[in-house]
Amino acid sequence: MSGLYDPSFEHDACGLGTVVHLDGTASHALVDQALTVLERLDHRGATGSDPETGDGAGILLQMPHRFLARAAAEEGIDLPPAGDYGIGMVFLPTDPVKRLRATEIAVRTVAEEGHRAVGWRQVPVDEDAIGPLARSSQPVIRQLIVERRHGSLEEFERKLYVIRRRIEKLVLSSGDIDGSEFAIASLSSKTIVYKGLLRATQVRAFYPDLRDADVESALALVHSRFSTNTLGTWDLAHPFNLIAHNGEINTVRGNGNWLSAREPQLRSDLFGGDLQKLFPITEERWSDSAKLDAALELLLRAGRPLEHALAMLIPPAWSDATLDMDDDVRAFYEYHTTLVEPWDGPAAVIATDGDKVVATLDRNGLRPGRWLRTKDGICVLASEIGVLDIPEADIVETGRLEPGRMLMFDTSSGRVVHDREIKRVLSRQRPYRQWLDQYKLHLDDLRPQQGTPIDDDALPVQQRIFGYTREDLALLIAPMAMNGAEPVGSMGDDTPLAALTSRNRLLPSYFKQQFAQVTNPPVDSERERLVMSLRVGVGAIGNLLDETPEHCRRVTTLTPVLTNGELEKLRALRRDGFRAATVSTLYPVAEGGPGLAAALDQLCREAAQLVWGGTTILILSDRGADATIAPIPPLLATAAVHSHLVRQGARTMCGLVVESGEPRETMHMALLIGYGASAVNPYLALESLRALHEAGDLGDIELGEARKRYVQAIGKGLLKICSKMGISTIQSYRGSQIFEAVGLGQQLVARYFPGTISRVGGLELSDLADEIRERYELDVLPADPDALLEAGGEYQYRIDGERHAWRPDTIVHLQRAVRDDAYDSYRQFADAVDAGADRAIALRDLLEIVPAGPPVPLDEIEPSSEIVRRFATGAMSMGSISREAHETLAIAMNRIGGKSNTGEGGEDMTRSTPDANGDLRRSAIKQVASGRFGVTTPYLVDADQLQIKMAQGAKPGEGGQLPGHKVDDYIARLRHSTPGVGLISPPPHHDIYSIEDLAQLIHDLKCVNPAADVSVKLVAEAGVGTVAAGVAKAKAEHIVISGHDGGTGASPLSSLKYAGLPWEMGLAEAHEVLVMNDLRGQVTLQVDGGLRTGRDVLVGAILGAEEFGFSTAPLIAAGCIMMRVCHLNTCPVGIATQDPVLRERFRGTPEHIVRYFLFVAEHLRELMAEIGVRSVDELIGRRDLLRQRTDRPTWLESLDLSPVLAHPRQPGDPAPVRARPQDHALHTKIDPEIIAEAEPALARGEAVVIERRIQNINRTFGAMLAGEIARRVGPDGLPDDTITLRVHGHGGQSFGAFAMPGTTIELTGPVNDYLGKGLSGGRIVVKAADDAGYAVSASTYVGNVALYGATSGAAFLRGRAGERFCVRNSGATAVVEGVGDHGCEYMTGGVALILGPTGRNFAAGMSGGVAFVLDADGAFERRVNHASVSLEPLEPADDRALVEGLLREHAARTGSPIAEELLTAWPQSASRFLKVMPDDYARVLAERAQADAEAAIAGD
Amino acid sequence: MTDPRGFLQIQRRVQPYRPVEERVGDYRAVAPQIDDEIAREQARRCMGCGVPFCHNGCPLGNLIPEWNDLVERDHFREAIDRLHATNNFPEFTGRVCPAPCEEACVLALDQDPVTIKQVEMSIIERAFEEGWVEPRPAEHSTGRRVAVVGSGPAGLACAQQLAREGHAVTVFERDDHLGGLLRYGIPDFKMEKTLIDRRVLQLEAEGIEFATGVDVGEDVSIEELRAGVDAIILATGAQRHRDLWIPGRELEGVHFAMPYLIQQNRRVAGLPVEGPKITAQGKRVAILGGGDTSADCLGNVIREGAIEVHEIAHGPTPPGEREPLKTWPEWPVVMRTYSAHQEGGTREWQFVTDRLEGEDGHVRRLVGHRVEFPGYAESGVRNPVPVEDGEVVLDVDLVLLAIGFTGTEDDAVFAQSGAVVGDRGTIDVDQWYATATPGVWACGDAVRGADLVVTAIADGRQCAAAVHAALVSR
Repeated sequence: MSGLYDPSFEHDACGLGTVVHLDGTASHALVDQALTVLERLDHRGATGSDPETGDGAGILLQMPHRFLARAAAEEGIDLPPAGDYGIGMVFLPTDPVKRLRATEIAVRTVAEEGHRAVGWRQVPVDEDAIGPLARSSQPVIRQLIVERRHGSLEEFERKLYVIRRRIEKLVLSSGDIDGSEFAIASLSSKTIVYKGLLRATQVRAFYPDLRDADVESALALVHSRFSTNTLGTWDLAHPFNLIAHNGEINTVRGNGNWLSAREPQLRSDLFGGDLQKLFPITEERWSDSAKLDAALELLLRAGRPLEHALAMLIPPAWSDATLDMDDDVRAFYEYHTTLVEPWDGPAAVIATDGDKVVATLDRNGLRPGRWLRTKDGICVLASEIGVLDIPEADIVETGRLEPGRMLMFDTSSGRVVHDREIKRVLSRQRPYRQWLDQYKLHLDDLRPQQGTPIDDDALPVQQRIFGYTREDLALLIAPMAMNGAEPVGSMGDDTPLAALTSRNRLLPSYFKQQFAQVTNPPVDSERERLVMSLRVGVGAIGNLLDETPEHCRRVTTLTPVLTNGELEKLRALRRDGFRAATVSTLYPVAEGGPGLAAALDQLCREAAQLVWGGTTILILSDRGADATIAPIPPLLATAAVHSHLVRQGARTMCGLVVESGEPRETMHMALLIGYGASAVNPYLALESLRALHEAGDLGDIELGEARKRYVQAIGKGLLKICSKMGISTIQSYRGSQIFEAVGLGQQLVARYFPGTISRVGGLELSDLADEIRERYELDVLPADPDALLEAGGEYQYRIDGERHAWRPDTIVHLQRAVRDDAYDSYRQFADAVDAGADRAIALRDLLEIVPAGPPVPLDEIEPSSEIVRRFATGAMSMGSISREAHETLAIAMNRIGGKSNTGEGGEDMTRSTPDANGDLRRSAIKQVASGRFGVTTPYLVDADQLQIKMAQGAKPGEGGQLPGHKVDDYIARLRHSTPGVGLISPPPHHDIYSIEDLAQLIHDLKCVNPAADVSVKLVAEAGVGTVAAGVAKAKAEHIVISGHDGGTGASPLSSLKYAGLPWEMGLAEAHEVLVMNDLRGQVTLQVDGGLRTGRDVLVGAILGAEEFGFSTAPLIAAGCIMMRVCHLNTCPVGIATQDPVLRERFRGTPEHIVRYFLFVAEHLRELMAEIGVRSVDELIGRRDLLRQRTDRPTWLESLDLSPVLAHPRQPGDPAPVRARPQDHALHTKIDPEIIAEAEPALARGEAVVIERRIQNINRTFGAMLAGEIARRVGPDGLPDDTITLRVHGHGGQSFGAFAMPGTTIELTGPVNDYLGKGLSGGRIVVKAADDAGYAVSASTYVGNVALYGATSGAAFLRGRAGERFCVRNSGATAVVEGVGDHGCEYMTGGVALILGPTGRNFAAGMSGGVAFVLDADGAFERRVNHASVSLEPLEPADDRALVEGLLREHAARTGSPIAEELLTAWPQSASRFLKVMPDDYARVLAERAQADAEAAIAGD
Repeated sequence: MTDPRGFLQIQRRVQPYRPVEERVGDYRAVAPQIDDEIAREQARRCMGCGVPFCHNGCPLGNLIPEWNDLVERDHFREAIDRLHATNNFPEFTGRVCPAPCEEACVLALDQDPVTIKQVEMSIIERAFEEGWVEPRPAEHSTGRRVAVVGSGPAGLACAQQLAREGHAVTVFERDDHLGGLLRYGIPDFKMEKTLIDRRVLQLEAEGIEFATGVDVGEDVSIEELRAGVDAIILATGAQRHRDLWIPGRELEGVHFAMPYLIQQNRRVAGLPVEGPKITAQGKRVAILGGGDTSADCLGNVIREGAIEVHEIAHGPTPPGEREPLKTWPEWPVVMRTYSAHQEGGTREWQFVTDRLEGEDGHVRRLVGHRVEFPGYAESGVRNPVPVEDGEVVLDVDLVLLAIGFTGTEDDAVFAQSGAVVGDRGTIDVDQWYATATPGVWACGDAVRGADLVVTAIADGRQCAAAVHAALVSR
């Protein structure tokens, strides 16, 4: 039986580095240094269940000719002179027959391409150096020596590329050899790659070659990999031919597809006829990094310099007008958008052509890269600083890779070339601006046209044809037009999946958005708007390998959503190089499936003919549908035409525009774009706005304005959907197909949505046609002009709308049950919920339970009191729900031995003291979410479980927001914020952009509280199993898999509906992959998302869960009536509100909740008794105890849940539950020694000073001590200056994290990312070495994301810090000498004093605290995000005193020359500062002052 | 819902009835025309619930949150469309419905519910005023013919639904005027009868034929009817009275409530009254029963000028306050005060009538005793125990029995139709309202027993849908 896992779901990330000798002198010392760099990055890689097998590591070198000549000679091979040969590093099959075939193909191919295979060198390896798992898949490794017979060196390199591609393709298509057995790691005359399924520390040992003193190079790239799965393969290790990559290309599917779509148009004089031999340029099965490497190689070998090729593929943000960028450079990027869409995602890439190393970073700066140059001309760039022990005195220049910027170490010129110079040179190669001016068209510049209106009588019929509901108009379209933003709702989606409902659903509802979790971060499309772009170009795309002025012939529009008039502009376009044509996408509805199929064929044929005939703008239109002629679902039409044109090689010759009546909400548009459309004209939605406007349903907004806002709302929503996946530009999103279908059949998907994941079968084309016909019969044909549109009822229960699980009868039965302690009423509730297949809501409703044996008496079943210990309540924050509700849940869970969850909002420490009656109001699970609200050291040490929320079922990939009206004094105190000021949780954790970052955070938390289990909460999506495996490898002890139907206090409606999968699929996949990788025994698996009954628990256990989370159901037990107004603070039953009047209405009691859980347990016991199972452990993973119901109604027949039920645990197998502890290796850290030395302070409060040398590998320095202080001394910590840690060297990640009051941690030397994370009252000082060979103040000295989530304490930092300094700071005071992009983002409290330049987007989302910035160049204002802050001069006396005091302390503690200089000129220098004041904060302070003043007057 | 905090800022406000002194002097409606502004203000209290329990509280599934929202925003035109989408006759329910929707309103958990009924009435009255209640005759004829027997709310709703589907509908009514219980059961002070005539105009314009004064089964046999139509729908009501078998029941001056109400209604309408006159004028009256019908009697008796009136119920005295946590969203047993109760008379609970005594064959005394219901408040178990020395003797001249109905009347129509009257005294139908006889359907009180007007309308609509489906699939 095949399950849900697919190897294409794998992700990886890692650490990388490069060492370059600028003068080009090759040495073995450099190789040795590079290997040391690699070893110092070992903690960024990972191992699986076999601790000795790494996920991959490797090194790329220049050709070590001296060594190879000797080594070849030892094998009797006469190596040609340097430069006259190339070496292929080849992984060959262990099977001799296969190997022979592969080598023969290789040799023959070399000959066919006109060169000579001289021979094979056996590469010696030390098998003992690697783990058993790696050994079991270890290939035979040989070097193929190819002699250059003719041509220049450059031509030879190009030919070697062709040879390599040909050999790969020939061998892999020769029969039974697959990609895990055969691969060419590199084939070049200039570079060579040694890599494998190794740990970073094993590379040197495994390849004796690398230890040979004759192996010399002037440059090296190294890479240590962390892959989510342990079933890694040798060829997936980095470096590839040109690059090593840290991060993830989110748009890779689309990028790969577009590349293959472009192939027919590719022409290159350099390649000539060889070009065809490369196709396909990328293979479907490759990793994102491998594909990026291939795309880069194509561009490089076709004649562009390496840096040019990289700049094309990974461009910075350029379109935002506020960005500080030369116009030439802007033109360069704008021009290249006409050639290629960005390869978008977090990416630090280092690449080399053998002469120079180019490093670049994604637009958002989501990966770290620190570099330096020594006085000897050695350059080092790596994920961390301190990977080589280079004395500060020897360093003459240092910095960090900045967002969207490049850096080049060029051995031919002997220089470090900086971004500005690289871009200037690139942008002046051609007159890009002139070309654009000449050929580019902007939609706004075209002659205005009138749209075609739909008259009032026809409108309702058109709305019926496209399945409009009253809810669409009232809840989606009208609010978007009024507010210019997507409407927000709350609580989870409790309606049936589209595939399960008997109602007629539109095709888009079968698709679910994919989203970023763990392996890459979502982006905040609002606060980081400047990296986002909705801009699209419509028209033909030119030859990628060429650059001509005519490439610019596209129509640019600033949003892909076109008004009716704008569409007509395109349609009317008649100019050179532009020709628009419209094809109709209608079909005769009576002809059903065959008619629809024929119409699609006809449509594709017609589209292809038009494009071959010169159409460059192809408009797919369903205008004119009537009672007999129906629209082909526009998504189907678009995907069909797009994939047909791709197959025909004609796709890039035209732009696709969809003119359709169906799309009305964001997801509809996102799907059309995701399946290939460049632009969408939702004509009926826009016409419906006219009707709404006429009916007065849009308030007093003008129609034009309403339409504008609607388009704007869709645009915002599109960016949000992109950003959930970490994608920044709609251009890259187009065609990226980042969706999973649930309920669509294999044939339909294969034919029209190729490559889309659809794992449980479902509707085929004929079924779709039947549904359309049914809609016509029910809704369109009756044509009663007065009849109302369908209700909808998707977002709110409506009696004539969609079915809901929570509806009047189920709510009342449950509430009666818990109030009257009536189990029979609970059973009425449960029976109504578990109502069978024809009333199915969730996938589990299609399953029936198979007895394991004869029934057993109820008294032999595991008692309820044991079962309820497996139950937890969900993460509902103190803030989203009322204090009464929050504490009631906690008391109830503590009474039954289950666990409640703080949610993201901190917790009142007084709740940890038991009440007089013994009740404990403390939550056992303390959540750590992206906003880090209230995440202090005392909070962390007071937990049984620490839960890292990566995603939330209701809105995975998004952040949260607590509206200001819910932030009262109490909430504000817990969250360290200001009452009345709204709070933002960012979409990503800013310390988790990648899997190795998660491992780091887990390590951090484990240091603070070694006794707590660390849990990671994930949301079901395709690939969640692989992510779960990665999380287990990152050493989490507990994993939660949430379904898409989880609740929320506020979420955009489209997220509630369209993101995430049913937990049945996610849980089954996670359990399957964990078992497959032998990782299941290291973690506890918990499931949540719409669990309601004992049967739900039974199914969850059978699919692999041992613990169960509930949220909505216990709230219902406590009185919730699904009002769904949590976001409005008007909850009428006092649960989701902070309004004191409403909170008084809360009537829930712990007894209600206890009874509910006991009922669920009792229900489970009854079911277990029926099927003859005595304990929950016996159930776990026993998927043979479920089968698909046979009594399914017809509309469910095509669904096939067998993948969910695959790989059952065999009876008699031990329970697949957590059994082995994770090894966090805390005892190997230096921190325990420090705690021992600090004993006098801990025990007696005596002052101690402790000195140490540290390296970057000493991560999370100080956090164990912080935890110890919080535990032993208490939440207030120690008196100031009790413990002083004085350390020298390089600070590792999370330096000084969570430091407590009384601790001063003083580092002399630079430091890596996450300094002072969660700082809780301690003081961190970073000083520069006295003899530093560079200007520290002007250099990056502190890594990215410093002081993330700090709540109190202080930091005095020399030099500049990286990106996102003080992100989510809510109380710490920090002084630093410059910061990167996004400084003080989402800050809610504290003080930041910045004595140097800042990057862009300063203070985005900042709502509290203040920042003082030295505006040295007078340009600070341009770098501020003004959305929520204002700039003021530093004038008020108390502000001046504050700044002066901080300067004095900074100078005293760090010896900062800048501080000295400013103080010398004080107070004149005060005028050089600007104060950044959040508007909300200022407003609240003013209100408070006013109130105080009034109170004072009243007091008089 | 444009104002999420409306329910916190606005108190429930019901437009008061006309003053008692004024209204007892006539038979006109006690409730005045609803002020649109009050309706709009009150509609703001609607929370537009995520799960509107009112939907399910209302047998019609009225789209209450939607029209509340529309009224609040002064969109009465759209509101009437929403209202008519589920309810053929909101002017009836808006007046006589006890409004289970309001008991189910989520606000009723902690506050007074939204004045749903009043909003409903404001919508429909505004619609009539503005001329928005227009005939909607079917565009096409199906060629099918349907006979509806009975013109109460179930029959009329069923007829209208079927006519709008294009069937040719004839409604048979044995009385001289249309409306069934609506017309002769309900007093004008609750609902003036011109409202029925106003609505019938629309029904006629939609092509429905009415045959009044035709008693199917007597004047025309079911056989004859079947020959001419494709479907017969029995909507004949459930007017078999529950009787009280106590000594003295046979005395003169002891009547069922319904004949009294019919006479009263006919008198008020200026129509001739058949049979012996039943009147309360100058009499001492006892009304047995504690429900809607007894209150209807009470209002009439007071207006007729009775000397004294007792409304007597044997059940436990209902609690004065709701306990929402126990009953919500269902209909709670609670002391309900109708307009008539404000007008006079005394209300007795826990009073068992033992016998009636008379003089000259005419009732003169009612003898009963008081009871207690120990433990009722806690457990809900009704276990009456006589109160010591609790005998009560009342002087009475007129006794009206308003203690309910037990099913359909014995009627030729059932015998002829072959419809089976089951144990509950009502016609047995399947889930599609079909009786045992092909081609014959039944709905309303005839099927359910005596029930609310709103339930009758709902039943009529659902039956019409079933009949329509059967007719078009044939």
